[in-house]
Amino acid sequence: MPDNDPADISTNTTGSDVTDPQSMTIIAWSGDLDKLWPTLILSSTGAATGMNVTVFFTFWGLFPLVRDDVRITGYDAMTKALAGMNPPGMKKAKLSRMNMGGAGRWMMRKVAKKNNLLPPEDLLEICQDMGVNLWPCQMTMDLLGIKPEQMIGGLGTPVGAATALQSMSKSQINLFI
Amino acid sequence: MTDVRKTVDTKGMSCPMPVLMTAKGMKDLAVGEVMLVEATDAGSRSDIPAWATQTGNEIVESAEDGNVLKFYIRKK
Repeated sequence: MPDNDPADISTNTTGSDVTDPQSMTIIAWSGDLDKLWPTLILSSTGAATGMNVTVFFTFWGLFPLVRDDVRITGYDAMTKALAGMNPPGMKKAKLSRMNMGGAGRWMMRKVAKKNNLLPPEDLLEICQDMGVNLWPCQMTMDLLGIKPEQMIGGLGTPVGAATALQSMSKSQINLFI
Repeated sequence: MTDVRKTVDTKGMSCPMPVLMTAKGMKDLAVGEVMLVEATDAGSRSDIPAWATQTGNEIVESAEDGNVLKFYIRKK
C-alpha cells in the first residue's frame, strides 16, 4: 500500500514524521458561525495533537473577536454602517447559508447544544487554554475601525501579512476558512 | 487486562471533545501507563487512533461495549 493512500488515515503508523514538529496556520477570513466552528475545532484538535497552531483573523473574521457587549465598531458613517449590517461579537455571528434573519443561527446553536457540540465561544476559550496563537490582522483593525479595547482578551499582538506568511511558510497545514 | 491508571469518560460528547479530553488526560500519566478512553461519538472510532498515531502513543486494545467505544492507550 502506498504511503499516501487516502484511505489509510487511521492505520498509518509507519511515518518517521510522527515525532517531527508540526505546525498549522489557519487564515480565518469569513467570521461566519458555520466557519468559526470548523476553524476552532481544527485549532483545538491540532493543539491537542501537539501541533503549534496559529489562527490569523482578517476581514470579516475579525468581527467575532469583538466583545459581545460592544454594539458597534467603526470610525465614520461607512464603517459604522458596515458593523451595523454585520454585528460584531461571536454570539452574533451569522450562518453563511440559511441564516434567515437569525432564525437559522438560533436553530444551529440549538441543534449543536442538543448534540453536545460546544459553542464557538467555549471552543475559543479552550484554544486559548491550549496555547493556540490568535492573531488579529492589524490592517483590518485600522480599515474597519476595530479598536484593541473593543476586542476580547487573550489575543496575540495584531500583526500583518508578512507575519502571517512567515507562519504559513513554516506550517505543514495551511487553511483559508 | 493491563492496569488502567485512569479512565476518561467522553460519553455523550461530540467532536472535538473526546480527543481534547484524551490529550488532557494523557498529561497526568507517566510513560508506560495505560489510560482508558470511553466514547459514544462514532467519529472517535477513527479520531482516537489518528490522535494516538499523531502523538506517538500506543493503542494497546480497543473494544466496543454496546454503543460505547473503548480505547486503552499506553503513554509512550
